[in-house]
Amino acid sequence: MSTSEPLAPHFRQPLLKTPFHRRARELSQIDSFVAWAGYSTVDVFTTAEQEYFAIRNATTLFDLTPMVKYRVVGADAVPYLNRLVTRDLRKLKPNRVAYCVWCNDEGNLLDDGTVFRLGEDEYRLCTAERQIDWLLDSAIGFDVEISEITDEIAALAMQGPTSCAVLKAAGLTGIERLKPFEIGSFALGEHALTVSRTGFTGDLGYELWMAPGSAEAVWDALMEFGRSRGIRAIGSQALNMARIEAGFLSPHVDFVSAEQTIRTGRDRSPLELGLAWLIDFEKGHFTGRRALLAERLRGPRRQLVGLDIVGNKPAHNALLYTAADGKREIGSVSSAMWSPTCKRNIALAMVDAPHFQLGREVWAEIYLNRELLWERRMSRAVVVERPFFAPERRRATPPGEF
Amino acid sequence: MATEPANTRYDCIVIGAGHNGLVCAATLARAGRSVLVLEAQPQVGGAAVTREFAPGHHVSACAHLVHLMPAQLIADLKLEAHGLKWAARSMPTTALHGAGEALAIGPSLSGADGAAYARYSAQMRRFAAALVPLLSKVPPRLGTDNWRDFAALLGIGWKIRRLGRDDMRELLRIGGMNVYDLLEEHFESPALKGALAFDAVLGTNFGPRSPGTVLTLLYRMAGEFAAGAGAHSQPVGGVGALCDALAKAALAAGAKIRSSAPVARILVESDRAAGVLLESGERIAARTVVSSADPKSTFLQLLGAAHLDTGFVRRVKHLRARGLAAKLHLALDRLPQFSGVAAGALNGRLLLAPSMEYLEGAYNHSKYGEYSAAPAMEITLPTANDAALAPAGRHVLSAIVQYVPYALKDGWLNERERFMELCVASLDRVAPGLRNSITGAELLTPVDIEREFLISGGHWHHGELAFDQFFMVRPVPGAAQHRTPLSGLFLGGAGCHPGGGVMGVAGRNAAQQILEAGEAT
Repeated sequence: MSTSEPLAPHFRQPLLKTPFHRRARELSQIDSFVAWAGYSTVDVFTTAEQEYFAIRNATTLFDLTPMVKYRVVGADAVPYLNRLVTRDLRKLKPNRVAYCVWCNDEGNLLDDGTVFRLGEDEYRLCTAERQIDWLLDSAIGFDVEISEITDEIAALAMQGPTSCAVLKAAGLTGIERLKPFEIGSFALGEHALTVSRTGFTGDLGYELWMAPGSAEAVWDALMEFGRSRGIRAIGSQALNMARIEAGFLSPHVDFVSAEQTIRTGRDRSPLELGLAWLIDFEKGHFTGRRALLAERLRGPRRQLVGLDIVGNKPAHNALLYTAADGKREIGSVSSAMWSPTCKRNIALAMVDAPHFQLGREVWAEIYLNRELLWERRMSRAVVVERPFFAPERRRATPPGEF
Repeated sequence: MATEPANTRYDCIVIGAGHNGLVCAATLARAGRSVLVLEAQPQVGGAAVTREFAPGHHVSACAHLVHLMPAQLIADLKLEAHGLKWAARSMPTTALHGAGEALAIGPSLSGADGAAYARYSAQMRRFAAALVPLLSKVPPRLGTDNWRDFAALLGIGWKIRRLGRDDMRELLRIGGMNVYDLLEEHFESPALKGALAFDAVLGTNFGPRSPGTVLTLLYRMAGEFAAGAGAHSQPVGGVGALCDALAKAALAAGAKIRSSAPVARILVESDRAAGVLLESGERIAARTVVSSADPKSTFLQLLGAAHLDTGFVRRVKHLRARGLAAKLHLALDRLPQFSGVAAGALNGRLLLAPSMEYLEGAYNHSKYGEYSAAPAMEITLPTANDAALAPAGRHVLSAIVQYVPYALKDGWLNERERFMELCVASLDRVAPGLRNSITGAELLTPVDIEREFLISGGHWHHGELAFDQFFMVRPVPGAAQHRTPLSGLFLGGAGCHPGGGVMGVAGRNAAQQILEAGEAT
């Protein structure tokens, strides 16, 4: 931890502070902080809308430090990770990142995250949940060492169309050549930065990894170099809007980890979550493979889909029906918003078979609170492709000079 | 060394030529399957072997009595035609306690305890009989749509219901109890209670006061009941001779047996067991592989975690499978004289467990990685029934010493001699002069048993027999019906229901599962 203040005893500060915390305090206008993975982080600095538009039109800084990080090293790192996740990581080259999911024996999702290949036998696994027990049990029989390094690394997500230009201006020579899912080493003044072209917004953007001691200096420099390109600190609400447009899943919102479900039938398999493209059945054994094969054979009972809903009222938590009469329930919405960029009323929803097919019509039961008077509205919706928003600039290399 | 001709592919490869492996191989071969048994050691038998531990002195290396193998199995495989002979059957049990006293366990008991014993043993026999279907069959699975699983569960329930109201109530009352409390309800004599409690804890990690010890006792009694007449028996030539007969039965049925052929890996192709790789580098193909090795060795070493799911590996790793029984072998220059024991009783079991407190006290030490200075033992004198096991006039003593930890606090290296001396001193107290007749000695700790017989943890049941590792969850959920998560790989050893002891039921049931599944055709 880089903060100069002495740490209070743990029972006096149930939430940890990230190395960017002092900067966040200075910039926060409405004191809106939330707990994330044991850290205090900003929910909203000014207004969520203002921050959201900065993601889509300028560039933004988001404190990513609480994301759980594990170091995976050893001769068996590849076979270990390949048995853990559903993708084939033998294909992952050094300095590349892969988005992955992993399952329990029953083929239900435990978590999703990213695997960074930092060296020949050195990997970093970034996850939403702490899960050292599962990772260590998965290591039985493999020559591999796993350690949690969450608080050893400060991380910032820098997302938005002008992010590349700002980093270039800050002196990250060659940043424009970094391809999507590629990792590079750079310097910002005297501070070493590892930069990956990854993010949770579906836009052009980068994630910056550094020593906690560099955190404040890097933050200050980026804010300074980004001033003319509209840089803004953002909180988790704005990020959540961007991720829905990008069609990304949020744990505890769109799925619950199979380690945490209590009721039967609440676990979700990657097939149900529309993540079949992440599963490589041909790569050899991985945990959950036999269960997923059986599920594929029988066909998923439900699936997570994108919805385009008539009107402009977000369908938060809406139940879904086959018809406007609301007689036959076939699913529910987990994430919903009016998309300012797409100008569409979008949602992520879990829909029973066979209604999850692209183009199917379903009806959403939306409740509106109009000055304490509740109104119910049945709105027509269509199952559509995800992501809802996927601009060319997120992939272009070099990115445009915005 | 022999190798298999190129392109040979067996219907079944059986890993391990212990009694379960051989029963499995014989059963499969008799059903017309081509079978190859691979044994790591130069001789067949696994832990059920007879070995020479001192010049000319032979003894059964682990189990020294046969009391659980069903008579039907012995008849089906025609073991007597293949050379099995009995040196002794229905061997008596005698409780040694204090100097100059001994108590013959059985109907001859007199007084209040005699009447209580008659009542108690009749009731326990009724319970054991009701539990036989639970013991001898492949356990049903829960939560399936299969009518056979349902019928099997119903059958067990029906058997218990048919005990009648009073017996059923009593069985359900005592089922989860500890044997200490149960025996306290019935008997007065500490020696009688010690001897009866010993059978509940022999080979387990329990003391008489541990919960679940009535279950282990009923399990043992049900096994003996299912085995049929004969009770405790000693084969001519030791337990190893039983395996020699099993091997002959398997060979006669067409199975091939290769000894000194340790398996290094189970081969997997397209997520199916495809054969084995020997330590010599030779690969042998098969449609089905049955392992009679213990579950930890089978899954974590021979197959490898990479072919299994994490949750399953976690369960296998947590399987409690540390042995708590050692084996003591003494070569003697004369037949020992146990004080108060009639000469006729020397051909039976002698139990050194003078009270339940004695057992519990010895158990207490084991919990903390220590051995007790007052060890509990099941003693036999194999040469009293079978003189050929030792040179003329010489004798052997074979004792199972209970509560000898696998993970001794200070390690076994410097403790072995001290512990052996303790055992000899204990024996010398009940058989004065025995010490001076010793001409050779051997101690097999659970660590030795692990190393010599390739049993992970050195537990003769390949996994503790306890309620949470019993019946339909034995050895672990996901492998309890001899099938494993990997197609074509089966388990057929003592780690399966109904467990160890020289029983052979796990091997037979595994073969039946394979035949039913049509896996080997």
